[in-house]
Amino acid sequence: MEIVFGRPKALTKVEFHYCPGCTHGIIHRLVAEIIDELAIQGKSIGIASVGCSVMAYDYFAVDMIQAAHGRAPAVATAVKRVHPESVVFSYQGDGDLAAIGTAEIVHAAARGENITVIFVNNGTYGMTSGQMAPTTLIGQKCTTCPEGRDPGRAGYPIRMSELLATLDGATYISRESVHTPARINSAKKAIRKAFEVQLRKEGFSLVEILSTCPINWGLNPVDSLKRVEDEMVPFYPLGEIKKCREV
Amino acid sequence: MEKVLMKGNEALAESAIRAGCRYYFGYPITPQSEIPEYLSKRMPQVGGVFLQAESEVAAINMVYGAAAAGARTMTSSSSLGISLKLEGISYIAAAELPCVIVNIMRGGPGLGGIQPAQSDYFQATKGGGHGDYRLIVYAPSSVQELADMTYQAFDIADMYRNPVMILGDGLLGQMMEQVELPEFKENKLIKTADKSWAATGTKESRPPNIFNTLYLDPEKLEELNLALFEKYKAIESREVRAEEYMTADADLLLVAYGITARIVKTAIDEARKKGIKAGLMRPITLWPFPKALANQLSAQVKCILTVEMSQGQLIEDVCLAVGRRVPVHFYGRVGGMIPSVEAVYHEICRYAGMKDDALLELDAGIRYTYAEV
Amino acid sequence: MDQRVVISGFGGQGIMSMAQLIVYAGMMDGKNVSWVPSYGPEMRGGTAYCNLVVSDMKIGSPVVTKPNTLIVMNLPSLIKFEKSLVPNGLLLMNSSIISQRPARNDIRPYGIKINDLAVELGNLRTANMIMLGAYVELTKAVSDDSVFASIKKVLGGAKKELVSLNIDAFKLGAKSVHAMCAKI
Repeated sequence: MEIVFGRPKALTKVEFHYCPGCTHGIIHRLVAEIIDELAIQGKSIGIASVGCSVMAYDYFAVDMIQAAHGRAPAVATAVKRVHPESVVFSYQGDGDLAAIGTAEIVHAAARGENITVIFVNNGTYGMTSGQMAPTTLIGQKCTTCPEGRDPGRAGYPIRMSELLATLDGATYISRESVHTPARINSAKKAIRKAFEVQLRKEGFSLVEILSTCPINWGLNPVDSLKRVEDEMVPFYPLGEIKKCREV
Repeated sequence: MEKVLMKGNEALAESAIRAGCRYYFGYPITPQSEIPEYLSKRMPQVGGVFLQAESEVAAINMVYGAAAAGARTMTSSSSLGISLKLEGISYIAAAELPCVIVNIMRGGPGLGGIQPAQSDYFQATKGGGHGDYRLIVYAPSSVQELADMTYQAFDIADMYRNPVMILGDGLLGQMMEQVELPEFKENKLIKTADKSWAATGTKESRPPNIFNTLYLDPEKLEELNLALFEKYKAIESREVRAEEYMTADADLLLVAYGITARIVKTAIDEARKKGIKAGLMRPITLWPFPKALANQLSAQVKCILTVEMSQGQLIEDVCLAVGRRVPVHFYGRVGGMIPSVEAVYHEICRYAGMKDDALLELDAGIRYTYAEV
Repeated sequence: MDQRVVISGFGGQGIMSMAQLIVYAGMMDGKNVSWVPSYGPEMRGGTAYCNLVVSDMKIGSPVVTKPNTLIVMNLPSLIKFEKSLVPNGLLLMNSSIISQRPARNDIRPYGIKINDLAVELGNLRTANMIMLGAYVELTKAVSDDSVFASIKKVLGGAKKELVSLNIDAFKLGAKSVHAMCAKI
């Protein structure tokens, strides 16, 4: 009998530590499937960040480097410079990439570093249990904005993908989501394109993926997926923001 | 080998290239900017990478990445820039990655000034960043030593898989002296050095190599710390280096490092002309500190005088090494001022019990006795 | 031989390069040498000074607080450094722009109108080479041949006319320097 569905080779056998209903697991799987499909497992080097995905080094069956908070693009830059023929990707959350690591992501993109960034945006600091993130929506309640985010006091959420897309060094940028099967398929296509951009040595690629955090949002998994559609997508529109050359 | 005339910063940079360093990441800051400037020109000539990072923070994390990828790599900065790098240095030490970090010190605290200082001794030798870790710290005192120690630092870093710091100062970095540059080493990156541990891609022929400094299980984190402790003990037993100058019959011991040690040597020469038996112990490795030598020398002298361009940092290691056997005095200039030969000579005369009328007027500076017996 | 020299003047008067030529020549002669610049945020103007040592012995302190030769290219430098010169030390002054005489009478002052001579030679920028010639003539700290070789090395092969102009300036300095009386 033919096996038509199984664990991607690029994922280890380690069970994810992610909370029930969190979509990090889906995103990990998509990245691993693309690594398998492009047959790049042996030459991939991943950079884990700080946040919920800190233990990505346990899950991807490739060489992995865990970076300090926000610094994954700097680490990835150097690894790619040392091994230009390898495939280097960072996997970062919104606290990591859009707050403490803004300098590193902006300058890696501006230099047109030939790396791929998987940017998971759930609008909160998940690992430290639900504090306000730079991506937290106006009015959204967090443990450090218990009355809801007030722009008068906490400013406005940042659309990182749009911001990065203004940089000449950025080649491919897309915002995706994984809250429906159709969106999952679209996200996978975008991740594939991003890695292909790197394989063609065309420069910096980033896929932002809207993700859920049921525990810290105080919602059940199903309502969390609905919230992505109803509240996040209107502020963070989906689709390719900077298109790459079609091959 | 032909002698050339070079600035300290440039000799250091050329020496790094000759040691096989092909990946440099830095950010401009006086008084070390000649290092990135020189390497921006030289690295492309030898097929290496020079990258001017967006910050010192990014630069040290690039070093982390390049070291994990198996390359010989270096960054350089000055004092406040090193403060920014400390988080990354702690990660590099925890992940046991080899690299060379250069600090060409300037006066602080805060933004401070751009003139030479030695006020980052604590930062370099006592951690600086968080957690229990050690850097191997070399303190060159000439342009020749800047070149030689940088050259050797890469081998020592690889041998122990530990970051090595070159602790110089603005005077050493800016001055020119004749120097014999070391021979070119075979480009050792990945190819010849045993770096099977590096992140190179698994080629699907081995399990993944993982660089991680997160250990949520305290037993595992203790294991890491115990392993580091064993490594540091081994370094302490093997890598201590110091120079002695006129110590054989000395009854007054001076302790100084780096450029200050040379000022002290000239002052000792003057004192010897007056019959004062002064000698110098110059730590070449600040960590590991030459404890045993300091202790041994303290048995033969009446007192010790440390001279530093700080409020007194090295003096603490001297006191720890000699206990309360003899009084340990301090003389120092701070904020970018350099102790003069005359001032040090004067201090020697004072502690030797000699009166010199020409020296009644005390030079500026900080003076105290650390440990009254 | 142990030359401990301070050279001081305005930024842009060629202090650093003149000092570099001395230590370069000293190195070629087999001496120990060191060169310590003042460095600051300003790139031009301001006061620039340089400590240099040319010695038969190993150099301890490269910082020169008590020079045995002081070369001053402008008046502020004379005022700032005159006191530091050792007794019987050599003072070389740019008397084109320093009309004042030194205050001390326990030193050996020499004057040379380097700016005027440089203009006569057709290039004001050779003033530092004229001073260099005067210094070497008086001290014999380094050999003329090593100075010429250093000039060639520093200026490079591409600028032949510039090399000979600088060597001419050096020779002019050697023959134009004269002792001056201290202020009475």
